[in-house]
Amino acid sequence: MSGRQEAKLAVNPIACSGHGVCAELLPELITLDEWGYPLLADIPVPAHLARQARRTVTDCPALALLLTKPT
Amino acid sequence: MTTFAQQSSQPTAGGQTGSSTRPLGPGHGAGQSEPRPISRLLPPPGKPALDLGAHLRRHGQVPYRGRPGQLIEDVRVAGLTGKGGAAFPVHRKLSAVLAAQGRPVVVANGAEGEPASAKDKALLLLNPHLVLDGIQLAAEATGASDAVLYVTLDAEKAHWLNALIAQRRSANLDRLEVRLVAAPHKFLAGQESALANRISGGPALPSFAPPRVFERGVDGRPTFVSNVETLAHLSLIARYGPSWFARAGTPDEPGTMICTLHHADGRVDLTEAALGTPLSDLLDLGPAVLANGDDPLSTPASAVLIGGYHGAWLPTATAARITLANAALRRHGATVGAGVLAALPAGRCGLAETARVARYLALESAGQCGPCRNGLPRIAGALADLADVTGGRRPDPALLHDLDRWSGLVYRRGACAHPDGTVRFVTSALRTFDAEITAHRHGRCTGTSNRAFLPVGNGE
Repeated sequence: MSGRQEAKLAVNPIACSGHGVCAELLPELITLDEWGYPLLADIPVPAHLARQARRTVTDCPALALLLTKPT
Repeated sequence: MTTFAQQSSQPTAGGQTGSSTRPLGPGHGAGQSEPRPISRLLPPPGKPALDLGAHLRRHGQVPYRGRPGQLIEDVRVAGLTGKGGAAFPVHRKLSAVLAAQGRPVVVANGAEGEPASAKDKALLLLNPHLVLDGIQLAAEATGASDAVLYVTLDAEKAHWLNALIAQRRSANLDRLEVRLVAAPHKFLAGQESALANRISGGPALPSFAPPRVFERGVDGRPTFVSNVETLAHLSLIARYGPSWFARAGTPDEPGTMICTLHHADGRVDLTEAALGTPLSDLLDLGPAVLANGDDPLSTPASAVLIGGYHGAWLPTATAARITLANAALRRHGATVGAGVLAALPAGRCGLAETARVARYLALESAGQCGPCRNGLPRIAGALADLADVTGGRRPDPALLHDLDRWSGLVYRRGACAHPDGTVRFVTSALRTFDAEITAHRHGRCTGTSNRAFLPVGNGE
């Protein structure tokens, strides 16, 4: 995938089980709401967090976290 | 106008014969706006449903264009938008499906899961061939090889619709056999991805997008989903052209739409109205020059719900000044939606009505997404709490903060737009019933009747 620095985080809300590991791994961009579901920073993933963001995506136990290119 | 009760009655199999419906086709009102009541889609008041004979006398054969794509330019010029609620430009959907990989499927969406809406069921009963023509034309335009009519069905209605389809087949009208698929009686049954899942053999539950149904919908194929009323308009545009279509409506929002009207006196009926019609022509909203700040109890309606349960409440004084057009309504946080307009009778508590509908909307959540599953019941509960002043009880003012916070937490966090629509509805209520909220906080309610007004289905 090209243009990775342009990518944004997204969550598939149906797949998301509110496990919360994403907010532990990437607190700079992800917090949890009062029910334990992720709130994502609505900004492109900064270059210095790109690697950490990719790691967080692969570590989501529900495979619900995504990196998407803006359309 | 035709009453809801008449509209809902089931025509006998094969429809009625000997229709005296006058031809109101292309030459009708040439060069001028159409007289009211408009009857492009619904038979004129008091006239019977249009059977195949009457339909062919009035409109002739299905005007096929010969190859895929041909009709799309006319639809674009006509400015036809979807009548299921989202008002999305139809030509863009047609083009997207035509351009997608694979053999498309066309679906006429008549699920009409909203209990306050009756127009799709009525159109299908009163003028089914206009819809069935539209299915064939959309199939041709997109190069589709399968066609589905997705509607709530009982045995009698399925038998009647199958007879119509067979009749058209033997008259050589239809190129594709239309398959009936039963929509469940659920608010979200007609949501596009829920519809695609149901027709593919699964439950009628929304999916996470992308892919969108125009790319991968029914059985993973590109799927053109269109509200049944939209398809009826499309079949008229194919016959009479974009400039005929634009004889009604506004330059920006041409054409007509069927509205389900809930009058303050309790009547429910349907009318076909040009876009741009003053709302006060459709509902009795009291004196036309009612100013903001006038006593709402001096009007027959204490507020107006526009666009249904994903729509917005507006003060009567605001509604009385504006028209049935998204350009006008969006400035007030509303849209025409699927044409549900309801005048809340004076003496009913808007908070109690909103709480009841919010509870229904919470129960109708598919329950798949955490924020919606957690947030909607809490929002509904807080509204019920706010509405309850029995024995002079004063609801906790912190409820308003909770409502605000939970609304923010569910908005745009679902796979479908159900939480967004619910928040729009609830937020508009908190704005419109501001004075009522103040009264409730002092343990008082201005409502004089606690009889339910808006229907929520399931006999509630």
